Amino acid sequence: MKKFLAMLMAAAMVFGAAACSSGNNTGNNGGNAGNDGGSGDAGNDGAIVIRIGGIGPRTGDTAMYGLATERGAQIAVDEINALGGDIQLEYRFEDDTGVAETAVSAYNTLKDWDVDVIYGCTTTAPCVSVAAETYADRYFQLTPSASSTDVTADKDNVFQMCFTDPGQGVTAADYVAENGLATKVGVIYNNGDAYSTGIAQGFIAHAPEVGLEVVTEQTFPDDSNTDFTVQLTACRDAGAELVFMPIYYTPAALILNQAKNQLNYSPLFFGGDGMDGILGVVDESLAKGLMLLTPFNASSTEEATANFVAKYEADYGETPNQFAADGYDCVYAIYQALQQIDNLAEIAAMDPAERHTALCDALVSVFTSPDFSFSGITGSGMTWGTNGEVTKDPMVVVVEGGAYVTQ
Amino acid sequence: MSFLSYLITGISLGSIYAIIALGYTMVYGIAKMLNFAHGDVIMVGAYVCFFAMAGLSGQMEAGSLAAAVVPQVAGVLLAMVVCTILGVVIEGLAYKPLRQAPSLAVLITAIGVSWFLQNAAQLLWGAAPKNFTSIVSGAVSLADGTLNISYVTMLTVVTCLVIMVGLTTFIGKGKMGKAMRACSEDKAAAQLMGINVNATISVTFAIGSALAAVAGVLMCSAYPTLMPTTGALPGIKAFTAAVFGGIGSIPGAFLGGLLLGIIETFTKAYISTDLSDAIVFLVLIVVLLVKPSGLLGRFVPEKV
Repeated sequence: MKKFLAMLMAAAMVFGAAACSSGNNTGNNGGNAGNDGGSGDAGNDGAIVIRIGGIGPRTGDTAMYGLATERGAQIAVDEINALGGDIQLEYRFEDDTGVAETAVSAYNTLKDWDVDVIYGCTTTAPCVSVAAETYADRYFQLTPSASSTDVTADKDNVFQMCFTDPGQGVTAADYVAENGLATKVGVIYNNGDAYSTGIAQGFIAHAPEVGLEVVTEQTFPDDSNTDFTVQLTACRDAGAELVFMPIYYTPAALILNQAKNQLNYSPLFFGGDGMDGILGVVDESLAKGLMLLTPFNASSTEEATANFVAKYEADYGETPNQFAADGYDCVYAIYQALQQIDNLAEIAAMDPAERHTALCDALVSVFTSPDFSFSGITGSGMTWGTNGEVTKDPMVVVVEGGAYVTQ
Repeated sequence: MSFLSYLITGISLGSIYAIIALGYTMVYGIAKMLNFAHGDVIMVGAYVCFFAMAGLSGQMEAGSLAAAVVPQVAGVLLAMVVCTILGVVIEGLAYKPLRQAPSLAVLITAIGVSWFLQNAAQLLWGAAPKNFTSIVSGAVSLADGTLNISYVTMLTVVTCLVIMVGLTTFIGKGKMGKAMRACSEDKAAAQLMGINVNATISVTFAIGSALAAVAGVLMCSAYPTLMPTTGALPGIKAFTAAVFGGIGSIPGAFLGGLLLGIIETFTKAYISTDLSDAIVFLVLIVVLLVKPSGLLGRFVPEKV
């Protein structure tokens, strides 16, 4: 019996190890190719090779977001390298488990790899820590999804692909008011999370200016909270016609479920971009009518989006969410900016220690130049200010028949 | 009326804590170790049930009686079997070699097992949450729909009571129960009396893990988001509940779980949603200061 158990466990471990290594390989494709001299084996010998180092959670509570940003960017890197242009990308992604301290070690690992550009982090708290480091060390950094203003504040080298939190709250309040969706609004947010709190406060501060009455503000401590009936009862008793929930989709799924099944309460639910992904975790009937602000609609028939979605589904077996799309756009935005640097060949020839500083200055001036505009799958005509915040049009979708319908 | 509805919410949350706490407290009572991996065994149980139900319901004729009953029952049973095996394997490989080691070493190993299970689950089943289909759906609606008691809550409370009575009887009577009590009191002496201590502890883990499977299914039926870290926080809360009720005491785990859920809900409703966890733990500290053995810790003659 003992032997049998030992063998069983050994088998499990071998299997686990195999699964591990296959996961790493996908992430490190670019890195391995580049370690033998950086000659760019994608077919173009004279190409300039730029190393992009990504940081985000591959494990832990927020792994689904980190993996999405990793994979979205991977698709963009593969596409760009397949073009065989003068610029080839090497890509490596390090796990930060969603924790600030780990993110800094991941960043140090990338520095040891002689990284040129930092892509990340996925979540706000790690991103704030890494941004402080990249600012001091002079690396260009573009985050797909860390949306707090703290990420970019007072740092000229850090840029965002996503809306800032307060900006998103203001946009949501404007949208609700302009379309006359409701006048009495309840807000439920996660006060243990900078993202959620940032949007909620932006919304609450702006609501009175556009004639919305916030009848109740309800909070919960973190995303592992499982019971929301108290918060929902408070919204119902305060007469909220619309419940604004700038939270991630995992707790939102529970809120929708409990509102319907336990309270028979059906206001209009309105979420932020963290709500994207909800369709995978709730039944169609629960999500029906849910509105959310999101820069990306996976069921869009637009060619670039459809193309990306098809590739993602083929490679990873699931529908990409907004995080994956942001990641895809980040790599293309960096690529487009690289093409606009006049002395890129000169910079690329520098010693790694000087290269990233020169590249950082060059990329910052391209990103902030008034004629730089990027169009991707999360928006068209995006521009960046010197504060690192992106300007693009918001999109509101409503869930109908198990898919997003753009409003 | 809102008081009653909050009370029901509290009981529903508390019954989930209670059912997890029963497994915690039983393993602690007999093996005298804190199995921090218990919460993750719960998660594995829920995943097994999820996939079994998804696989089977596709085979059944839609709308038939069999389709409404068979996948659920089979899912729960399969989850129990898998978790029992998993529990015995974990005990044999991770904890048995440490039988003579200091309890701190065992505790750290348990945390290691917990992380191993979480990460293995993520590799096997992915990080994205799954939408767990409740094993029983629907609710009893009272007072014009302002009070709703879901069937899952009732099922959980009833299951808790059944498990509580079952465990107490099993441990109090019968040969194996006697062996368990003996191991709990003094392992070395029990061995001298001809009791197979290792086998007894393995059985304890087997039962504890089977209970974890049931807890996992019921927890995910009530709160249907299933992901690799699903078991972690409820596991910690349930451990708190077990300490609150008096760790090692089976009725104590039930009482502690229910009280914890009710206090948490009332705090959220009437004091502050921000401070609910702080107040729950404050109550725990006060209880432990007044009664260091927990609520029912002292009144149970045999701590099992």
